[in-house]
This record gives sequence, C-alpha cells and structure tokens, in this order.
Amino acid sequence: MVEFFTETNLGIVLLILGQALLVIVPLLLALAFLMYADRKVWAAVQMRRGPNVVGVFGLLQSFADFLKYIVKEVVVPAGADKAVFFLAPMISFVMAVIAWVAIPWNEGWVIADLNVAILYIFAISSLEVYGVIMGGWASNSKYPFLGSLRSAAQMISYEVSIGLIIVGVIISTGSMNFGDIVNAQKGDWGLFNWYWLPHFPMLFLFFISALAETNRPPFDLPEAESELVAGYQVEYSSTPFLLFMIGELMAVVLMCALVTLLFLGGWLSPIPGLPDGILWMTLKMAAVFFIFAMVKAITPRYRYDQLMRIGWKVFLPLSLAWVVIVAFFAQYGAFGGAYARWTVGG
Amino acid sequence: MTQIDYTRAAKYFLLWDFAKGFGLGMKYFFAPKPTLNYPHEKGPLSPRFRGEHALRRYPNGEERCIACKLCEAICPAQAITIDAEAREDGSRRTTRYDIDMTKCIYCGFCEEACPVDAIVEGPNFEFATETREELFYTKEKLLENGDRWEAEIARNLEMDAPYR
Repeated sequence: MVEFFTETNLGIVLLILGQALLVIVPLLLALAFLMYADRKVWAAVQMRRGPNVVGVFGLLQSFADFLKYIVKEVVVPAGADKAVFFLAPMISFVMAVIAWVAIPWNEGWVIADLNVAILYIFAISSLEVYGVIMGGWASNSKYPFLGSLRSAAQMISYEVSIGLIIVGVIISTGSMNFGDIVNAQKGDWGLFNWYWLPHFPMLFLFFISALAETNRPPFDLPEAESELVAGYQVEYSSTPFLLFMIGELMAVVLMCALVTLLFLGGWLSPIPGLPDGILWMTLKMAAVFFIFAMVKAITPRYRYDQLMRIGWKVFLPLSLAWVVIVAFFAQYGAFGGAYARWTVGG
Repeated sequence: MTQIDYTRAAKYFLLWDFAKGFGLGMKYFFAPKPTLNYPHEKGPLSPRFRGEHALRRYPNGEERCIACKLCEAICPAQAITIDAEAREDGSRRTTRYDIDMTKCIYCGFCEEACPVDAIVEGPNFEFATETREELFYTKEKLLENGDRWEAEIARNLEMDAPYR
C-alpha cells in the first residue's frame, strides 16, 4: 500500500492531490469563518452586532454570501478586455492559493518542503499584484485604473521592506526553509526563544508592511471606498468578485502564517512543558488575524503621500539598518548567539 | 537647525497612538451593543405616531365616518377620494373612501380635521407590499384596519387627548 503512493506515478499524483485538498479544503472553510470573524470584530468595536441572522449567531453568513455571489449575474463592461478581465481574478485567487504549498503546519506537515520556501512565498506574493493591475486595466474604467495604479506602487514599496526584514531572519537562521526557521526558535525558555524578542522591532515593521502588502486598512488606498468606490473591484461582480475577495483574504491569512512562522515560533509551544503541534500554529495565526481585524477597526486611512513616506523614508532605512545590525550580531555571536542560530551548519 | 520634538518622535516609533487606539477599541469591543434586533425587538412608539390609516367604528358597530369630506379637502397630497350617498335610513354615509397610500405624506391632517374621530393614523408602520396596487386602500381595507387596531388606536387617542 505504501509502495503504491511512493513508487507508481498514479499513486504519487493521487498522494499530492490528496495533500493539496487536505490543505485547501480546511483553509477555505476556515476562511469563511475568518471573514465572519473579521466582520464581527469590526462591528463589535463600532458597538454594532454584526451579522447575526444566518445560522446561530450568524455563523453561516459567509456561506450565504458565497451562494449570493455564485448566483448573481456576471456583468462585463462594454469596453473591457474580456480575456484579461476574467484572467485577473483567477490570477489573484490562484496566486493566493499556491503560496500555501510551502507553509508548514507542523513538524514536516508541508506539501512541498522547499529549501527556498521563504523566497518562493515572497515571489508568489509579489505576483499577486498582477491580478490587481490586470483587473484595473481590463475594466476600462477610471476608478479601477487609479486603484490598480495605487496598488502597484504600494505593494512594490512595501515588498522592499518585507524582503529586508525577511533577510534579517534568514541571516540569523542560516536557512530559508520554514522548518529550519521554526526549529531555530526552539529552546528551553518557550516563547522567549522565538524571534520576536531578538528581532523585536521587525515584528511590528513586518506586520505593518503586511497590512500594506495585502491592501488592508489603514493602507486600503487601492479600494478606498470613500474616494475610489472600491478601486480595482468596481466593475467586478458575481464569481470574479468572489475570487478577488477570497484571494485578498487568503493573502491576509498567509501573512498571518508568515508572522507566526518567522517571529512567533510556528508550531512551537509557548510554555516549555507543553507539547508542540498544529494547534499552536492555528492559535497563533488566529491571534494575529485578530490584530489584523482590530487594526481595520481602529485606524484611519493614510493619505497616499504619507503611505509612500512611511514606506520609503521610515521602513526601508529601519529595516536596512536592522539587516546590518543583525549581520554584525550574528558574525560576532552577540547576546549568547541569539542572532546566530545556524540550523543548517550546526 | 530645526528642533526635534523627541516626545513626539518616541510616541511615533513606539506606536503609542496605535496602542491607545487598540485599548479604546477593546473597551468598545466588550461594551453593550445599542442595536435593536429589529423584527424581534422594536423601539417605543409615541401615542401620536402617524402610521397606517384606519377607519373606526362606534362600539355598536356603526361606522363613524359621516362623509363630511373635511379630510379630502385638507389632504395636502390629495390622496383621499370620497363618494357619498344617503343610506336607506336617511343617514349620510360614504360609498367610497379611497386613500392612495403612495401619495400620502403621513402629515396627520385628516386625523385632525375629522370631527368624529373616524379616520385615524394608527401605530402600524409595517405594511410594505410587493405591488403598488396593494397600496391603493379602499373603504373595506380601511375599516378592516380599524377593526384590527381598534384597541391600540383607542388607547393612543385617550393618552393623547389631554394635549389636543
């Protein structure tokens, strides 16, 4: 039986398909409830009740929305480039999904154990901007175009600082594999061994850059409802819109997973005695998502020049300086080797 | 050489405003929600509330309206149409009393003009319909409303009487 899945071609294909489904199906289900949680948190902070009609406490709201999007009419603007118009949401969705192939959920629980996993994720999340740009351009309409231009500039600006922050983590781990990065954070002191402590300011820089990268408030200029209506999504309806929305939320959850893996110790238990496992991974991701949702509720939107100023004049110098500092600390083994955990070299 | 405000700079880099906002957000997160669960919970209504119209009857079952047409005359939207004839017993009664609810502006002038408290605006505001035609109320519909809401209407009129 084991030979069938490891030796024959059909078996290998079936095994990979099964693994992919095992990740995607729970992920999409979780996404439905995260969408609901996002709205609930937003509502609670504004002293509203939020969705509470569909199902118990409104738990099935996302599924009702899903059905609504599916059965609605697909409207294509007259001057739209049809091929690109429909390709854009698909790219947005597919890019968001395939990034999950490299995310480990537990020790060894990963579909593709890439040794450049973090670069792969970084590359995929850079490609996500194409969905937005193509959507905005193909709509042949002014607001979507403005929105997609903003989005392109914003995502490129903040990818730079995300990349530099990741470099800092890579330097102190000596590996780009998520398994190695998480195992490097293992230690006798539980949560004080994780990278959030030695890389303390970068946790916040990464989180804020992740907000900008995923077009979440306070950096949701590409879809600023009050000025651009909904940015690049204006002309989209029905299933293409649903794909955009799922892609966007999935990118947010991916960023939660990245924060968890890079700075919060992935599946490691925060208290030394307790067993590690997927439970900790999901709990930490949920906690980070809660912060994402709270930020949406409590922050006003940035002006565009402020956004660019923070990206280029604050985040870029800070993260660049941090890379240099971490490189020095790692080289000379400062702070008891906290910055030099060479998991590959030993 | 410009002076650097170090307090402001420290607050900026320590995300002070964000932390404060987060605390405030959490305070309201757990605060009781003022929202009413509308179809299940409803807000209070004044006795003077002007809702759906109704034609009332006397306790003996005789309809109050004497077809004086004061309401028709005062109606600013001209939503009321009345035809009248003498009944067999010689009393004057309406043969037709229509209110076009799509024209009505719910000003309550008809209610104020009525010398016998026949036409009133009741407390019901949930009479949305699926077609426009359903909102062209006839005498039968109005009398039926009167029968259905008589208890509430009588109570509201009594409560509001000292201020009239």
